[in-house]
Amino acid sequence: MGSELAFYLFAAVAVVASLLVIAQRNPIYSVLLLIASFGALSGLYVLLDAPFVAVIQIVVYAGAIMVLFLFVVMLLNAPHEETEYDERVHPLLQAGPLRFGAFLAAALMVELVWALTKGGGEAGGFPGRSVSSVKEIGRLLFTEYSFPFEVTSILILVAMVGAVVLARRETP
Amino acid sequence: MTALLIAQIVLTLFVFFMLLNSAAVMVYVERKVAALLQQRLGPYRVGWQGVLQPLADIVKLLFKEELRPKAADAFLFALAPIIAATCAFAAFSVVPFGAETTLGGWLPEPLKLQVSDVNVAILVVFAIASMSVYGIVLAGWSSNSKYSLLGGLRSSAQMISYELSYGLALTSVLLLGQSMSLTDVVNQQSGTWLGFIPRWFVFLQPIGFLIYMIAGIAETNRAPFDFPEAEQELVAGYHTEYSSMSFAMFFLAEYVNMVTVSAVATDLFLGGWHGPFLPESLGWIWFLLKVGAILFFYVWMRWTLPRYRYDQLMRFGWKVLLPVAVINVLVTAAGVLYFGI
Repeated sequence: MGSELAFYLFAAVAVVASLLVIAQRNPIYSVLLLIASFGALSGLYVLLDAPFVAVIQIVVYAGAIMVLFLFVVMLLNAPHEETEYDERVHPLLQAGPLRFGAFLAAALMVELVWALTKGGGEAGGFPGRSVSSVKEIGRLLFTEYSFPFEVTSILILVAMVGAVVLARRETP
Repeated sequence: MTALLIAQIVLTLFVFFMLLNSAAVMVYVERKVAALLQQRLGPYRVGWQGVLQPLADIVKLLFKEELRPKAADAFLFALAPIIAATCAFAAFSVVPFGAETTLGGWLPEPLKLQVSDVNVAILVVFAIASMSVYGIVLAGWSSNSKYSLLGGLRSSAQMISYELSYGLALTSVLLLGQSMSLTDVVNQQSGTWLGFIPRWFVFLQPIGFLIYMIAGIAETNRAPFDFPEAEQELVAGYHTEYSSMSFAMFFLAEYVNMVTVSAVATDLFLGGWHGPFLPESLGWIWFLLKVGAILFFYVWMRWTLPRYRYDQLMRFGWKVLLPVAVINVLVTAAGVLYFGI
């Protein structure tokens, strides 16, 4: 009963905070709401008996990555987002991108409904293994799942190189 | 069961009360030690040798007017000191400070002298330390003052730089202790080598201890790393615009953070409540002595060393401390594999 109540509380916070991240226009508040959402997710992990994942969620996302976000937002001192597109229509609001976006959203909706209804049963979890043991997680990550683990790190490296290339200004 | 529950609640309130008091004591100690180092008298008028000075300070702060700049973001301006103080107190909740006790047979089961025993306690300390930066950053931004903003920006850059070394120093102890629970780590440090050297991890991890202490100073924003509030450049940094109790909250958070960093250092490197001469049930005396020694060291550092320049701080963090911490972890891991500690 208690944990069920906690689940709904955390879930509600996560959903409402995530919605507000995009629903209001002050970038600083968006960052803070995202942190609140991460906090609620971490609470959900605790309820799933995975304290390690919960704490890592806070350390990595809420503690490190969002500090960088906040740093950049503060450094640019970004004002409220523009609300009017009087002078020229925003490229994303033209007919083509709008239709494409609507199509993608509909596809995502269908996928979600399909996944939620078809999946069922026990969600996640390794059969017979506890996810709360740090030792076990480490062992699994570096033996059974070492290939996906390394691939992920290469993916992140590629993304970093890509960001550097995109951000580099052409020198005359 | 109920007796244990009541004891647990009393313990929680006790820890909270003691942390509040420790901040007051630290204010007094800081002023007295600073005076000693500068050949002054320090506070001596309120009470015997000025021991009631912190009380007078608190009363003064309580009765000051609460000010808020017109252009400040009202909500975040009020939230920032709350975040700072909450994080400071929350971090101590996983720190054990004594052996299990039944209070002389009064309790049916032994009570752990720790608010909550989490099996990933080291990570919890680290997570809350990484959250506490938000209090400072938001204070800096919401004040809408350039000094505050600069203080907040410096603080976030400093925290990001030193958190990595801090985490790696924790990792090296984790490798030795083979556990993320602080209680387990402390219990592995009982006993002695050769009959007289205590089995404290500081002797196995001198470099780890050094890195932890340096990163700890940077994490608590103390001199010589007190850039977020460098008064000669930034008036008072992130809390320039704060007054009265909201200023007191930042003040409180700084001292409670110091106590927490010292307590965690004691548990990780100095054997926690283990020490010679005293029985296990009086181990908390050792714990207090060790924490007190580290706190004194912090105060001593502050009044002895001048502040670094900001670029020096960054260069030191990334080019010296981090590589040393990485090598330390590698060597420790190799040692643990080879000797099988």
